[in-house]
Amino acid sequence: MKHLKIDNLHVSIGDREILRGLSLDLPTGQVHAIMGPNGSGKSTLAKVIAGHPDYTVTSGDVLFDGESILEMEPDVRARKGIFLAFQYPSEIPGVTIANFLRAALQARLPEGEELEATEYYAKLYEKMDLLEMPRTFTSRPVNEGFSGGEKKRCEILQMAMLQPTFALLDETDSGLDIDALKIVSHGVNSLRGPDTGMLVITHYQRLLDYIVPDVVHVMVNGRIVESGTKELALKLEAEGYDWANEPEAEAVGA
Amino acid sequence: MSDTQTQLEIDREKGNFRYDVDYEFDAGTGLTEKTIDYICDVKGEPDWIREFRKDALRKFHEKPMPTHWASKDLENIVFDNIRYYLSQGQKPKRSWDEVPEDVKRTFERLGIPEQERKFLAGVEAQFDSEAAYSNIKEAVGKQGVIFVGSTEGLKEHPEIFRKWFGKVIPTGDNKFSALNSAAFSGGSFIYVPPGVKVSHPLQAYFRINAENFGQFERTLIIADEGAEVTYMEGCTAPKFDTATLHSAVVELVALKGAKIQYITVQNWSNNVFNLVTKRGLAMEDAEVKWIDCNIGSRLTMKYPGVVMKGRRARGEVISIALAGDGQHQDTGAKMIHAADDTTSNIVSKSISVGTGRATYRGMVNVPRHLKGCKNNTECDALLINTNSRTDTYPAITVRGTGNACQHEASVSQVSEEQIFYMQQRGLTEGQAMSLSVNGFINDLVREFPMEYSVELKRLIDLEMEGSVG
Ligand SMILES: Nc1ncnc2c1ncn2[C@@H]1O[C@H](COP(=O)(O)OP(=O)(O)OP(=O)(O)O)[C@@H](O)[C@H]1O
Ligand SMILES: [Mg+2]
Repeated sequence: MKHLKIDNLHVSIGDREILRGLSLDLPTGQVHAIMGPNGSGKSTLAKVIAGHPDYTVTSGDVLFDGESILEMEPDVRARKGIFLAFQYPSEIPGVTIANFLRAALQARLPEGEELEATEYYAKLYEKMDLLEMPRTFTSRPVNEGFSGGEKKRCEILQMAMLQPTFALLDETDSGLDIDALKIVSHGVNSLRGPDTGMLVITHYQRLLDYIVPDVVHVMVNGRIVESGTKELALKLEAEGYDWANEPEAEAVGA
Repeated sequence: MSDTQTQLEIDREKGNFRYDVDYEFDAGTGLTEKTIDYICDVKGEPDWIREFRKDALRKFHEKPMPTHWASKDLENIVFDNIRYYLSQGQKPKRSWDEVPEDVKRTFERLGIPEQERKFLAGVEAQFDSEAAYSNIKEAVGKQGVIFVGSTEGLKEHPEIFRKWFGKVIPTGDNKFSALNSAAFSGGSFIYVPPGVKVSHPLQAYFRINAENFGQFERTLIIADEGAEVTYMEGCTAPKFDTATLHSAVVELVALKGAKIQYITVQNWSNNVFNLVTKRGLAMEDAEVKWIDCNIGSRLTMKYPGVVMKGRRARGEVISIALAGDGQHQDTGAKMIHAADDTTSNIVSKSISVGTGRATYRGMVNVPRHLKGCKNNTECDALLINTNSRTDTYPAITVRGTGNACQHEASVSQVSEEQIFYMQQRGLTEGQAMSLSVNGFINDLVREFPMEYSVELKRLIDLEMEGSVG
């Protein structure tokens, strides 16, 4: 079993602190959900783990199986097994999905080894079938002109191809219609297993009906304020975040 | 695909290596009438060429430096410090075995003999001022195709050579065409007889080896009626601290119904001033197509042109320019419509990285009295990171009502966010940039012969790897 451990992480952008002492331990074999109001720092957390250059870690650590990854380039982290399904995926003009994933897989092979093309396409088609994506997508530039839902599906396709150890799914459900939600959830569930840990960021209990989490965290103002079982998500759905905001309000008032 | 890649494992180090060579013939530094006499004497040239050169030298001195519109960097060329003629001898060898060892190993390292065996109809390999090797496959020679150096062309085939030499690009066209006309040495003379279609490309490779040197090759290609030929040129130089000058003149003549395709994959090191004049003449129903890939150099100024002189003639320029850190690619195209129903097409893609700067300069001219002329111009620029700069100066003069012109331009950015996205999938920053660049030029590269598209991709990978801090 491997762990992705976030240890008392403080992150700023400019002189504004966004993550304010966040801790979390995600072992492989588990799915954790993070819920929290807009602007609470969920995407920031995901991007900092992936190594986005805009953010400054002022203290704390991110450990991949005990080893700090904060000094590593984003691509090194990715090849170690960290995958981020973006809330807002970038469009990469001119680079087809097939070429992009091929390059990404090639980058994981030792120097001098060539990706086997037939096997690669077999796997690509298998995963596309799983996500019910038409074959024509292989020759389309990554995310260019994709609908919101298609982009999300494309993120999960990439995850399925790259088989990460830790996957961070940032609002993968937003923009999906109900059928697409089922298909994508099915795709995500098929990647669950003892060697994979997932951190699922969402606003909606609905997703968690399909991807049932082991743990639910509530994030407010750059911190985890409560963790619990999936029932916690139901409580949030019913009551919103007001109750969770209280301690914060008190602290400010004091 | 992977097979070809291993076959052409050339330029892994961008041609940045150098073996010491003894030069038997050296005209010293600076360019005067005496230098010209020296060059004419060692080459054993006829008097008309001596006169031609001296006249050109005068024009060179008269012509102003085109600094006002391209770059002040031109002022940093010190013409008196440049060596204008360096060679080991004037006669190219017909077999690699006869090429002196010190020169041969350079071309071997660049993979030229191997490419020749695999897919070329003929090769000329120029080392500084003269070709060290020149050969044409027997079958092609038997069809009456002439493929020799410029000196041999003017001496052995004056009846064809003189008719066209300096006619497409007059000596005084610009300062650098005048310089080339004064000091030219090397380059190819090609004649393809009527109706002959040369099935494989002819290739020239230009190698600069010496420091403070100027290479002035001169190429003249004539495709007689209904003939077809593809010519490819490659070039490299080692990286010196001092400036090196490369100033070629290339003239193409496509007679009635002929087709000439001229492909350049330039990979100069970034101390080279690359100031080249290229123009083709297309007669009735003829076609001239320039495919021009400019990678490297300190400053490139190059605007391949086509004069469409006969009805239904076609001209095309497809260019890719990659301006890496500290480089300036000032490239473009000139289309001169001089007959009815002529068609021209310009597709230019430029990539600027870091402090690199890419400029597109186009000129399309359709006079009022012509009918049925068409031009299509597309210029796309890709900027990688914020320091980059791109300019387009399209000058399209289409007069008269029976003519059509279409112009499109776009500028796109590879943003940090896109690079991050790609890095998140496991690609290094350099790989991410390469992938974007290759994606950007992909539709053009598909038009290239396979061997050259593979080499181009490799050069781009290297350039991108090198541009990551
Ligand atoms: N690059 C940035 N520049 C400036 N501010 C930023 C940047 N990234 C995040 N922030 C700010 O940090 C805060 C947290 O943003 P983040 O995107 O992490 O929130 P979130 O929890 O993912 O919200 P949502 O549920 O709306 O996706 C927000 O106030 C946001 O404006
Ligand atoms: Mg978010």
